[in-house]
Amino acid sequence: MLTVDIKKTLKTFTLELSFTMTNEVVVLFGPSGSGKTTTLQCLSGLTQPDQGLIDLNGRVLFSNRQKPVPVQKRGIGYVFQDYALFPHMTVKKNILYGAKNADEAMNIVDTLGIQHLLEVYPNNISGGEKQRVALARAFATEPSLLLLDEPFSSLDEQVKQECHRELLRLHQKWQIPVILVTHDYEEAEKLADRMIHINKGRSR
Amino acid sequence: MSYSPLFLSLKIASIATIIVFVVGIALARGISRKVFPGKSIVESIILLPLVLPPTVVGFGLLYLLGVNGPIGQWLLDWFEYKLVFTWVAAVIAATVVSFPLMYQSASAAFQNYDRNVENAALTMGASRIKVFFTISFPLAWPGLLAGLVLTFARALGEFGATLMVAGNIPGATSTIPLAIYSAVEAGRMEQAYTWVIIIIALGFSSVLWLNWWTKRNVISPNQNS
Repeated sequence: MLTVDIKKTLKTFTLELSFTMTNEVVVLFGPSGSGKTTTLQCLSGLTQPDQGLIDLNGRVLFSNRQKPVPVQKRGIGYVFQDYALFPHMTVKKNILYGAKNADEAMNIVDTLGIQHLLEVYPNNISGGEKQRVALARAFATEPSLLLLDEPFSSLDEQVKQECHRELLRLHQKWQIPVILVTHDYEEAEKLADRMIHINKGRSR
Repeated sequence: MSYSPLFLSLKIASIATIIVFVVGIALARGISRKVFPGKSIVESIILLPLVLPPTVVGFGLLYLLGVNGPIGQWLLDWFEYKLVFTWVAAVIAATVVSFPLMYQSASAAFQNYDRNVENAALTMGASRIKVFFTISFPLAWPGLLAGLVLTFARALGEFGATLMVAGNIPGATSTIPLAIYSAVEAGRMEQAYTWVIIIIALGFSSVLWLNWWTKRNVISPNQNS
């Protein structure tokens, strides 16, 4: 269960967002520059809201009364738009970098069908493969919340469909709250248990 | 002919390079990505030795470190240590003069890869120190190595500031560039030729090695992506 009620002043508007979610897939949908990525950064702890509350499964990650829990201690998986794979490490090392349990990580690798990539470097694999590696790397940390920032935007249609299916399958298996940011309406409709429309920092 | 200028040069340049490497990386990492008032002034001060004549740098150091200068006097009063005209002063001169080269290389190197790569490591639970040594440092390494080689070459060739603050004392502060100068002054051309050839060989081989290493080992982080 995730409770979010945050306010943050940005350059051209104020981000004001509040929602509660269970182990479902929530899609933050809106045009670019509407505060979607900033929301994810606030949740992950990479940046802090000006005020508000973030509570994940009863653990207060951010509130006005206490020091925010640092990013490293939040246990939140984050898949970046360009995947942000470590270019100097093999796929295997990427996935094991923050893995809680190596065996479990290899199970995730099997689920995503990327065993054959383990010894390869990220610069030598396709976009869809990078996407799967980034997902595996995030799931390997056994997060209690997963954030996905436009993870499918640079993939072609067919690969995108496959990745959608895989994400839903992993979500079914792991049962954690997933927040996905996108500006693709079709994708939003397909993946979302619930959709939050966001524009200029406000939901409607 | 004594070989002491060679060993002295290598000793002074090596120590200066180690100091510059560590401090330059720390400073570049600390400053280059931050936004704060007065940042461009701080960076300009750091880069100043690059644009000033080395004699001016030496003059400044002499003012600070000389027995009547603020630091020099303090060292003399408390430790009875006279810094100027020792090999340590030569290390300081080489350090200050070569520092901007390392700082510039390191600044560029730390901005040359996707910042989110570090953020990703943080979200995976890695401490900032772990992120620095497993992600930032290896990704910046080609640029840092270039800075290291340039720093060493510059420190090895340092002349003006060294002469001002450390003098030209055979066996103590007379490095190769100073030995060349005194040899020419005294008309010992044979000796000058020898040192000139040695220092060209040192400089050439370090740059050659760097180019070779870079071609061989550097995969651009942005390749195919």
